[in-house]
Amino acid sequence: MIEPLLKLDGLHKAFGALKATDGVDLTVLPGEIHALIGPNGAGKSTLIAEIAGGLAPDAGRVTLLGQDVTGWPVARRARLGLGRSFQVSSLAMEFSVLRNVMLAVQARQSGARGFWAPVRRDERLRSEALGVLDRVGLTPRAGDPVSALSHGERRLLEVAMALALRPRLLLLDEPMAGLGPEGTRELTAFLATLKHEAGMLLVEHDMDAVFALADRISVLVYGRIIASGTAAEIRASAAVRDAYLGDRPC
Amino acid sequence: MGPNFSRESVVNAVLALALLAAPLVAAALDEPFYVALASRVAILALAGVGLNLALGTGGMVSFGHAAFFGLGGYVAGVAALHAFEGSAFLAWPVEIGGSESMPVIWLAALVASGVVALAIGAVSLRTSGVYFIMITLAFAQMIYYFAVSLPTYGGEDGLSIYLRSTLPLIDSGDPLSFFLVCYALLLLALFLAQRLVDSRFGAALQCARMNPERLATLGIAPYPVKLTAFALSAMATGLAGALFAELNGFVSPAMLSWQRSGEIIVFVILGGVGRLFGPLAGAALFILLEAFVGGWTDRWQLVLGLVLLAVVLFARGGVIGLLAGRARHD
Repeated sequence: MIEPLLKLDGLHKAFGALKATDGVDLTVLPGEIHALIGPNGAGKSTLIAEIAGGLAPDAGRVTLLGQDVTGWPVARRARLGLGRSFQVSSLAMEFSVLRNVMLAVQARQSGARGFWAPVRRDERLRSEALGVLDRVGLTPRAGDPVSALSHGERRLLEVAMALALRPRLLLLDEPMAGLGPEGTRELTAFLATLKHEAGMLLVEHDMDAVFALADRISVLVYGRIIASGTAAEIRASAAVRDAYLGDRPC
Repeated sequence: MGPNFSRESVVNAVLALALLAAPLVAAALDEPFYVALASRVAILALAGVGLNLALGTGGMVSFGHAAFFGLGGYVAGVAALHAFEGSAFLAWPVEIGGSESMPVIWLAALVASGVVALAIGAVSLRTSGVYFIMITLAFAQMIYYFAVSLPTYGGEDGLSIYLRSTLPLIDSGDPLSFFLVCYALLLLALFLAQRLVDSRFGAALQCARMNPERLATLGIAPYPVKLTAFALSAMATGLAGALFAELNGFVSPAMLSWQRSGEIIVFVILGGVGRLFGPLAGAALFILLEAFVGGWTDRWQLVLGLVLLAVVLFARGGVIGLLAGRARHD
């Protein structure tokens, strides 16, 4: 059996009486894009936080690359191979685009060590960061401060910073949010080329992107996974249609 | 970058040269008061360079840096006392006596403030925002009252340093020589601070200020980065404290007071938060106001307050921001 990149076993998290995560089991296999969909308030953000390490589950286990990481802090999970993008762009706003990516490359190379050498002249850091920017098409913006980027460009930079970690698993929290149809199409095509580099857990509201990308789809409603299967199976599922897709005019 | 100097580096060079020139002229005119005034500026600027690393670069608003400033001062005072009496500071398990050697005192001040900062930072950095400000203040107040209740070392009255400690080859008792020593240490600290900010560690520290959550998701835990910066920051301020006590020949709990913490914050804000030479500009402006407006009216702090208000409202980049424009980030 192939070892999954990510495995969630019986994850529970409650905020008072609200069960935000209610017995979630889920896996992401190598080379796979596993999409997580669900209506607002279904507990997707809570689940993401439990996987990334920002929130400790009440019960259950998170296994990343074969290691039980349930009690690990965020930074340690990242070093093991978890890259993530945020739903709301979360960047070092005063830094340039290139410096943001250099920070990610630096983290993978040696963390915060190095009190002496100026980063600006570190060719190894620069060239690798420029290479990542090139892949997402942000090279022309390398020298600009992040605060000057458009929303769509910030979304791309989010992905670039996650990629710069050379992750084994990508946790993408609504990467298409706020992108126009053109931007969504481009990012969808780009993510499709990445999946053999890193498996993905993709949380996304844009159903066209989800159905185009996902090898498997799980539907989260009120903290529970009510259905899991291929795009065709999910489309055909009556339960899913009731809970979620039915809300949308098709 | 490249060979063309930015406006900020020109401003910085002018400030540095002005601070060097003023006491040289004063010494030539036989005005030791102004030489001592320049030493004050250099020393307080050094304290500010320390705080600027925590506050400006790392976003840690410490309202307790007087703890390190005073600690450095007490290291100098206590070392002088035991050297004078020929008694031991610590008799067991190893005997530690006093010292009249300035480098030894500097080293002791650096180590003492670094160790205390690690302890204070380890607790304080579990909080942030207003709580961080209050907890650093609380620690500093604890140390203040500890010093007040210490009769061996003068309690509330403080300690006099009868003889300034010595340096090899340099007559530290000469006001101009002592200024040059302080000035050299200030330049060294500025150089180290610049290297630190430009380094990988500095990049991580700045990200910890702007967005700690992002830093963690890149695989760098913000806490140890901030704690290291906090300790380095305290060490610079502690060294300044040792020099300050030697300059005045006196150390008292006033050096540990929260007013002193506030003053160091004022240097940083007046000069420009996070700007390399901001603390120098801020300390110089502060001392000039104190000396010249203070010579004219006892209410000079009213003028200081107005200046501070103007800076906060209209010139967020402080003096350096006014002279050199907005900070450049790359």
